[in-house]
Amino acid sequence: MKRLGIDIGSTTIKCTVLDEDRNIIWSTYERHQSKINLKLSGLLSRVRSEFPEDEKMIIAFSGSAGMGVAEALGVPFVQEVYATRLAVEEKEKDTDVVIELGGEDAKILFLTGAVEVRMNGSCAGGTGAFIDQMAQLMGVTPNVMNDMAIDSSRRYTIASRCGVFAKSDIQPLLNQGAKKEDISSSIYYAVVNQTIAGLSQSREIKGNVLYLGGPLTFSSYLRQAFDDVLKTKGKCPENSLLFVSYGAAISGEAKEFDLVHLEEKSRRTTTLKGSSFLPPLFKDNEEYDEFVTRHEKDSKGINITTNPKGKLYLGIDAGSTTLKAVIVDENGDLFRPIYVSNKGNPIPLVKDYLESFYSECPDLVISGAAVTGYGEDIIKAAFGVDYGVVETIAHFTAAKHFSPNVDFIIDIGGQDIKCFKIRNGSIDSIFLNEACSSGCGSFLETFAKLLGYSIEEFSHNALHSMHPVDLGSRCTVFMNSSVKEAQKNGAEVEDISAGLSISVVRNALYKVIRTPDPSKLGEHIVVQGGTFLNDAVLRAFEKETGKDVLRPKVAGLMGAYGAALWAKKKSEEKGSDTSSIIKPDALKSFTHTAKNINCNGCNNHCHLTLNDFGRGDKFIAGNRCDKPVGKKSKSEGLNLYEWKRKRLSVFGDRESKNGKTIGIPMALGEWELLPFWHTLFVALGFGIKVSSPSSHDLYTLGQQTIVSDTACYPAKLMHGHVEDLKNKGVDYIFAPSLTYNINENKGDNHYNCPVVAYYPEVIRCNVKMREGTKLLSPFLDVSNEKTFPKYFTRQMHNDGILLKEKDVKRAAEQAYKALYDYKREVENEGRRIIEVSERENIPLVVLVGRPYHVDSEINHGIDTLLTTLGTSIITEDSVSGEEEKFKTMVLNQWTYHSRLYSAAKWVRDRKDNKTVLIHLVSFGCGVDAITGDETRSIIESGDGIYTQIKIDEISNLGAVKIRIRSLLAVKGLE
Amino acid sequence: MKEKECCCNCDYGFETPIFTEEMKKNYTILTPDIFPLHLELVVRVFRRYGYKVEILHTRGKAIIDKGLEHIHNDMCYPAVCVAGQFIDALTSGKYDPHKTALVLFQTGGGCRASNYIWVLRKALENMGMGYVPVLSLSLNKMEKHPGFKLVPSLLFKGLMALVYGDMLTLLKNQTKPYEKNKGDTDKLTSEWIETLVDALMKGKLLIGPSFKKTLSKIASSYLSIPRTNEKKIRVGIVGEIYVKYSPLGNNGLEDFLEKEGCEYMVPGVLPFFFYMFDNRINAKNLYGEKKGVAISYMGMKFAKYIEKVMDSVLDEFPMFKKPSTFSHEKELVDPILNRGVVMGEGWLLPAEVAELIELGYNNVICVQPFGCLPNHIVGKGTIRVLREKYKDANIFPIDYDSSASTVNQENRIKLMLSMAREKM
Repeated sequence: MKRLGIDIGSTTIKCTVLDEDRNIIWSTYERHQSKINLKLSGLLSRVRSEFPEDEKMIIAFSGSAGMGVAEALGVPFVQEVYATRLAVEEKEKDTDVVIELGGEDAKILFLTGAVEVRMNGSCAGGTGAFIDQMAQLMGVTPNVMNDMAIDSSRRYTIASRCGVFAKSDIQPLLNQGAKKEDISSSIYYAVVNQTIAGLSQSREIKGNVLYLGGPLTFSSYLRQAFDDVLKTKGKCPENSLLFVSYGAAISGEAKEFDLVHLEEKSRRTTTLKGSSFLPPLFKDNEEYDEFVTRHEKDSKGINITTNPKGKLYLGIDAGSTTLKAVIVDENGDLFRPIYVSNKGNPIPLVKDYLESFYSECPDLVISGAAVTGYGEDIIKAAFGVDYGVVETIAHFTAAKHFSPNVDFIIDIGGQDIKCFKIRNGSIDSIFLNEACSSGCGSFLETFAKLLGYSIEEFSHNALHSMHPVDLGSRCTVFMNSSVKEAQKNGAEVEDISAGLSISVVRNALYKVIRTPDPSKLGEHIVVQGGTFLNDAVLRAFEKETGKDVLRPKVAGLMGAYGAALWAKKKSEEKGSDTSSIIKPDALKSFTHTAKNINCNGCNNHCHLTLNDFGRGDKFIAGNRCDKPVGKKSKSEGLNLYEWKRKRLSVFGDRESKNGKTIGIPMALGEWELLPFWHTLFVALGFGIKVSSPSSHDLYTLGQQTIVSDTACYPAKLMHGHVEDLKNKGVDYIFAPSLTYNINENKGDNHYNCPVVAYYPEVIRCNVKMREGTKLLSPFLDVSNEKTFPKYFTRQMHNDGILLKEKDVKRAAEQAYKALYDYKREVENEGRRIIEVSERENIPLVVLVGRPYHVDSEINHGIDTLLTTLGTSIITEDSVSGEEEKFKTMVLNQWTYHSRLYSAAKWVRDRKDNKTVLIHLVSFGCGVDAITGDETRSIIESGDGIYTQIKIDEISNLGAVKIRIRSLLAVKGLE
Repeated sequence: MKEKECCCNCDYGFETPIFTEEMKKNYTILTPDIFPLHLELVVRVFRRYGYKVEILHTRGKAIIDKGLEHIHNDMCYPAVCVAGQFIDALTSGKYDPHKTALVLFQTGGGCRASNYIWVLRKALENMGMGYVPVLSLSLNKMEKHPGFKLVPSLLFKGLMALVYGDMLTLLKNQTKPYEKNKGDTDKLTSEWIETLVDALMKGKLLIGPSFKKTLSKIASSYLSIPRTNEKKIRVGIVGEIYVKYSPLGNNGLEDFLEKEGCEYMVPGVLPFFFYMFDNRINAKNLYGEKKGVAISYMGMKFAKYIEKVMDSVLDEFPMFKKPSTFSHEKELVDPILNRGVVMGEGWLLPAEVAELIELGYNNVICVQPFGCLPNHIVGKGTIRVLREKYKDANIFPIDYDSSASTVNQENRIKLMLSMAREKM
């Protein structure tokens, strides 16, 4: 009897028919567009017409979306990884490791030795859906992206954890004019790194490697990239897409079924169960009509004119995915608005816009121009735009013009969510989406495309959904699985679309704004941004907040409109009516070429883009500090982060006196305790080698042994530092576990967080040492000066290092002194910076975080960015000592975090309006869920503005810059 | 900024209400269903002491959403679940918020879980329900609430209830999958719960011969349930304490495994008590830390006595797999993880994995809330070493989270079961 295996994945359905000898005689591979039941019955009827003689076949289902269907039809279900294994054992016996990438899954199977299977966790990108999403972002098909990658000449670092992170790396590269070929290549390498870092989990991938699944079948470059990184030559076998369905067909669980019967049953069965549903967006047509009429009426107030009056001002909003431009006349009416997808490069679009303006309106003159958005700097430089304005201010300016009483603005654009509360006519607090909360416009668009619809159709569908699926309110990756689950349960497209719209809104409300009560956001809410042009999103927002809100007719253009109004205001203030914007003649000869270079100004080695506009001068983009552009900021030298890095580097390599050398991995707690351990070991006669400065390359060096992809980046970096020390050749690598940190008596206890405390155990369990190098990972308590020498001696003894307690005691005295000296120096330097800032009227940023946030690879150069913005920077530990212990509304039990609270109180009580607190938080730091809220409460109890910046592997500072500039602008410090 | 005067010298924040003796009389105390079976016993004991305690059994997505609305979304999933249950109850109309208090189980220590109580208080304060008293039940330092003084006799009975809870759980889990008549095991278990509480209140069964006799009686009663001879896949469950036990936290993991035809073992709470005492003693050895050492020796002695009795009773019933002794668990974990790792489940987690494998539960599910900090180390961090040591073991870490879909979780477990079936 013939066998039939059907593999229903997250996006595709695969079907394989085998003859009696298990040869594949018929197969299909197609997208199911989430209509699983329909596709399945169609597929079964096709199988029947292909094989009219076969009434019965031996059948099994598999695939991530196959479980529910199989259950409903009573067909055996074979777990997909298990099916793959069966197929590989049958067809590719010699395989050692299988790498299989699917729509949303990534799997590695180790077949030799202990059989192990790894699947991506609930938070992991780097899959087919990710590649599709990236291709779309570049405006090409995945095939074209593959071909472009082949022609690449260099690679950029792109965060590979998930689509959102990668996007925020790629977008600025596109905007800076990096070559698409190079970006394409970088995307594939990001997928490779993600798969290896996320799944190998310290087991080496070697031997015969087999590549399976869609992405690896279709992209030759992806295979090549895997080969390159794994230093192997993998094989992509024939029928690489069909292994799962084949494995299901041959599995022992497959059973005989009557095809006619099964097809009928599948036609009748709806597997609608399990997912939860939300009330529809509109009860009935009447409600919908009322909604349409109301918005029709309320959206008036901004007019579009074809006949502008008086002086004209140009506003450009170069957003992450779209370009918006508009000219505003003296009455505030709009002239020649455009809203176009930027296809990754806004420059030609602006050029076209200006060209058509000049040729069609030769009599009109622009009196002032302003630009906002991601592309602000480059557009400003390229076209001689008069003013740059930070997005938040642009949006506020526009909203205020539209609705003078506005007290809350929410703008959802392609990639950003911006919300601000307005108090007394000025911005009070700002909420921007962190890199992990992605529910924005491009997210809806991606899903629409994925399911085979245009965004317009897709969102229109949503309005008629009677059972919107409840999809949760988290990042895309999570949402993908929820959509998958809904599909499994047979939800229709309109229900998914409506569900996604509601998710976007809930994401903004509960994740970005984190409001406990959406009905209290404000009385006069203005919604804007392209995403709100989608009626389903607008409706969902109204339903969730229980408020009627205002959506300007030109919701998508508000950034550009605000920029134009800003230009008008600035020009009027200056009394100027001529703009420096490029003139028609110069525009004719305007060209744009971009070249990529590496900056060698410091250890960051930033990738810079050198833009040439055919005028002789060059514009540099991608810089994180002023060095390559040759400017000098007035706050130069007032950076305690910089100072700490320099000061700690004094504790460098030392020659050994007793013949043994200790390697110190410069990660986590070492960023503070280095002076202590360094002094201790030197005093005991050991030589010292400190690991090299952190960098992304150093990270990659250790990524194979990372076991938990959701741990924080500072912890993950430790693997790289240990590898680096192994390469340097030391006798010992010293990484102590410290339950307690030093006690500064500012809290209820003085713990380290679990990760800082015990990460060395992860190293011990997962990183193999070399012959001749031993890992020392003692458990010590540095908070007790008296007992430390005794227990240190004892624990070293356990590791075979014989020391005299007397010597240790003497060394420890020196070590404690070195540590306290260092801390005092930090405080002194802090004081100096504060004094100079006060004297010279320089805004002071208290950049609070953990000692290891000083590492430039961890903070991605935020401190130098702040310097370029003209602020001085001090750390939390430089001022925390000045505060008395006080009662907090949380259990104040971690040393590092007690300093946060103290520093926050210090900032709050300063009340000089020139000091701001910015809180650096590492992605995945669970402790900061508590400390962030508490720090915010402290700051806000003094009417201050709390700003948090989340950092991870991403090295893009675009979003960070917006936040900081907005903060400074709001405070009047920009 | 809140215009409220605070209890202390700080100039922001809010006051936390005290649970007075008056409240004891007419307040309902709500508790999350963290240890489903144990809690049934404990709650009954508390009720006999005049506390109106109720266990919340609410489940489902609406509960989680309630939690997400009021708790920082990056906070541990257990905090979201527990707060969701509480807030749902307080706003359901079923309880008068002015006559309701909440109780949480706290373990203390460097994990952020010791902040649950504060996170919950903040959420209540933001909702305008700051007047609802939040109590904590903990072995460590407890806050003072005049109406919630745990008198020694209550404390002792409560502890014994946990011990019996361990015994019942152990036997139930090894009987139910094999029962011939559906429902036998559950029925027997409920009967025991009532019987045991009655006896405990009479002051019986605490220690001495009647303790041993009762344990023995319990074991033989489970033995008398008619069994089938089926061979089932044996699955062990370890992990973060809340998602390990709570069906709300683990999406009904036990039900799912039952449906898939498995026998599962979830280590009891006694080892956790051992672990807490032993950590204090170990801190003395590692760092010379003296705090709480004396009392820990006493606790240790008592726990060892309990363990010995249970062990000797189970020896008479070789039919049932019996848990390893605590000292054996320590031996098992020493080659794997340093016992200085004491935050969250700490070293006990890999110790239990090793124990379960040794007992023949080769398939181990390690449940953890997404992004759980100690689990980076004690869970995912130790799996490689465990796999190297136990080559036939099938260890699967599974993340639980408000948005991690049940499909993904069940899919992974199915994979584990497919591989286990192959080896049967």
